Amino acid sequence: MELTEILIPVGIFAALGIVLGILLAVASRLFAVKTDERVGQITEALPGANCGGCGYSGCAALAEAIVKGEAPANACRAGGESCAKRIGEIMGVAVRAQTPVRARVLCSGGCGRAKEKCRCEGVQDCIAADRMCGGGKVCSSGCMGLGSCVEACRYDALHVVDGVAAVDPAKCTGCGACVQICPKHLIALVPVTARYLVDCSSHEPGAQTRAACDVGCIGCRICEKNCPADAVHVVNNCAVIDYEKCTACGLCASKCPRKVIVRI
Amino acid sequence: MNFTDILLLMFSAVLVENFIFSRFYGCCPFLGVSEKPDTALGMGMAVTFVMTVSGAATWAVYRYLLVPFGLEYLQTVAFILVIAALVQFIEMFLRRFIPALYSALGIYLPLITTNCAVLSSALLIVQEDYSFLEAVCFGFSAALGFTLAITVFAGLRARMAYADPPRAFKGFPITLIAAGLLAMAFSCFSGVQL
Repeated sequence: MELTEILIPVGIFAALGIVLGILLAVASRLFAVKTDERVGQITEALPGANCGGCGYSGCAALAEAIVKGEAPANACRAGGESCAKRIGEIMGVAVRAQTPVRARVLCSGGCGRAKEKCRCEGVQDCIAADRMCGGGKVCSSGCMGLGSCVEACRYDALHVVDGVAAVDPAKCTGCGACVQICPKHLIALVPVTARYLVDCSSHEPGAQTRAACDVGCIGCRICEKNCPADAVHVVNNCAVIDYEKCTACGLCASKCPRKVIVRI
Repeated sequence: MNFTDILLLMFSAVLVENFIFSRFYGCCPFLGVSEKPDTALGMGMAVTFVMTVSGAATWAVYRYLLVPFGLEYLQTVAFILVIAALVQFIEMFLRRFIPALYSALGIYLPLITTNCAVLSSALLIVQEDYSFLEAVCFGFSAALGFTLAITVFAGLRARMAYADPPRAFKGFPITLIAAGLLAMAFSCFSGVQL
């Protein structure tokens, strides 16, 4: 066996590798895309867990969105205050961290309170039941209690209690996985500082809600008229509390004729 | 080589000798990225793009570099090298000139480097001794067959999400069974005489 039999292939492959390497180096210079250096800095400032809690596919994607101005500097909940502050410094804006949130199921129409129209058999899954007939309750916005959110929760914080899903605030991390899975859009992320909650999401007219459920919001606006801080408003036949304005005086809860506004 | 032969070659590569169902190449992305029809289609597009270009590039490398020096036995190494570099190059090119396509393909583009379907199409082109035009058409249509398979399967899986199989079959087992049934459906094309 001659030495050239080895040397020629080695030489050719080395040359091929070098040519391709140079080609790629030239291409990377030629096709260089100007990226904002802040994207890299913010990516480093973020926790790097790529949890997706912000709604973007990962920390790098969020950093890009922050630089573009599509996302606020404090969009990362997991990073907390220190992370938000550092990103604020990079972006040159003053920020404060978001208040931590907890998921809350905005429905209290459990067994005996909300009227039933049928029993869902077959696949015990909220999405399937919702597509089939809108769930077993007369109220088309109420919790069906089939527990798709319970399965979605990675922290064992959700359980179906008395026919309605309920969040254990001690276990909930506010990741929002249940918010996305719920076909009725019943679950909301509520700040931990919130003291009062409108425990209903029915957007049907008052008379219909009254017929369907004992504890449904009928949109009577008594809470809205009584709120001294202008924090409660009836939107689409259902009261909504603005937690930025709410002073937790409790007047809305005490005046509510349906006892839908509850203290938490 | 006339137009009819090319058409027959493409028909055969898409349906009769489908890369996934008949040759069993590229099964990893077929099972891995077929959860949503959108991403499956994105993966298929990326593979189509890379396979067409790599078919041409590896054909040239084989014909003008390996054959003259009698290095055919190193074709696998050479092809992997060329494909890896090519994918990198395409990624940079797309990022600069077609950012919309770049962001649509996303993470799937670099992943294609390790897709065996791309390498096997290059090896098959050599094995069948195709001309340049045939090589490009074969690469393109084989990837088209891959796209067809993965998109159809993603549609099936999207529907299967609502099914309620016995507990033992939940998740991956039922997916594999569905893939087998789909492969059987595609096997009807093997009776087509070309």
